[in-house]
Amino acid sequence: MAKPIDRRGFLRIAGASLGFGALYHVAPALASSGPAREVAMELARRNGESVTPFTFVQLSDTHVGFSGPPNPTGTRAFEQAVAIVNRLPQAPDLILFTGDLTHDSDDRTERVRRMRRFQEIAGGLRMPIRKTIPGEHDASIDGGLLYREIFGESSYSFDHRGVHFVALDNVSRPRPEVGAGGIDRLRNDLERYSTTTPIVVFTHRPLFDLKPEWEWFTRDGDEVMNVLSPYENVTVLYGHIHREHVHEEGHSRHLAARSLVFAFPDPGTTREKKPLPFDAEHPFHNLGLRVVHAAPGAPPSSVSLGVQDVELTLREHSGTEGFQQLLRPTSL
Amino acid sequence: MTTGSWWRTALLGAVAVAFLGSATATRASEPRIITISAKRFEFSPGEVRLKKGETVTIRIASADVTHGLYMKALGIDAEIEPGKTTEVTFTPKAAGRFTAICDHFCGPGHANMHMDFVVE
Repeated sequence: MAKPIDRRGFLRIAGASLGFGALYHVAPALASSGPAREVAMELARRNGESVTPFTFVQLSDTHVGFSGPPNPTGTRAFEQAVAIVNRLPQAPDLILFTGDLTHDSDDRTERVRRMRRFQEIAGGLRMPIRKTIPGEHDASIDGGLLYREIFGESSYSFDHRGVHFVALDNVSRPRPEVGAGGIDRLRNDLERYSTTTPIVVFTHRPLFDLKPEWEWFTRDGDEVMNVLSPYENVTVLYGHIHREHVHEEGHSRHLAARSLVFAFPDPGTTREKKPLPFDAEHPFHNLGLRVVHAAPGAPPSSVSLGVQDVELTLREHSGTEGFQQLLRPTSL
Repeated sequence: MTTGSWWRTALLGAVAVAFLGSATATRASEPRIITISAKRFEFSPGEVRLKKGETVTIRIASADVTHGLYMKALGIDAEIEPGKTTEVTFTPKAAGRFTAICDHFCGPGHANMHMDFVVE
């Protein structure tokens, strides 16, 4: 006898499956599955819109303007990532940039130049919906003024195919925090949603104490997660740490993306927060982007497969042809 | 000396002894003061050694802009404004090396501003 699918279990699986490409294949099967179809219909009734399968991409920490030993190639990985996303067999609906779009500078004119350059490169993406949030390198120096002037609001929300997306700014205040005003806005924004609505929060810093000594935390992250705690299906996408990381807590799943400029080491292996050294043989090793598939439901067996990342790897053809970037699936 | 004035003198003496004794005891239990200076993008000294169970007061001043000093496990969470001296008193409960960070953005290079408390 088939195991019945309860609403909570259905959503938990859906949360885990945010990120698993195989869901793309599984979703059609759900349509013919009686219990799953009933759960999907019930959720659609409660949430006002059913979740329909779609794909989105997370890019992070492009640091346009960075120039230094950890990556002397500057924006090359970012430019290649744009080319790769444009070639994905299934065109994503959305592109989310989780902060540190640019590297900071004391010179405002230089900051403007870097932000314009970011827009120029990101403008090469064929997907019309591109959403950004700031990182501390974009916003901390002036409280996010220039960022908002060029990119628009730094905290906002929108709906897409039954999923509620929340852009959460945790970098524009002098200290690493969202702030009472931001938390109130989040609470007000979520009030109109059913607790069964799938929610994707994208932010820059982790919303939990991952490594406070490296400033890998948000001072009021616990308060943010308290506001999100009634919701049964929360995925938090963030950047900042320049490496993959998965953290699960309650109904929420926190996923960190790689950077497109340099990688940080595993904090469990070293005390020093220093970028991993540049490897001329594999200049974009440990860099990458994340492709996320969203859809309702997935078989439990898919959960262990985790997020499907693609890593930029190098193939040198000749001195004149330069770099050839290839997609290589990785596992967490 | 009359009997009344003798008693007055004795009473004043007793009060004075009690006061001085109390002041001496207070001085003996006052926490050790450790002075730290902050400037973009370093703390000085970069390492401070403490004893487990010993109450200390760190006295911090900024030489330029506002900084922070944050180390959750030691209960340190301070904003250091220029022109002011900020004090934090705490008692380390466990031995180890604790890295405190500047958690108030102070400019490019801020991310590398930290110092260590070594508790023995």
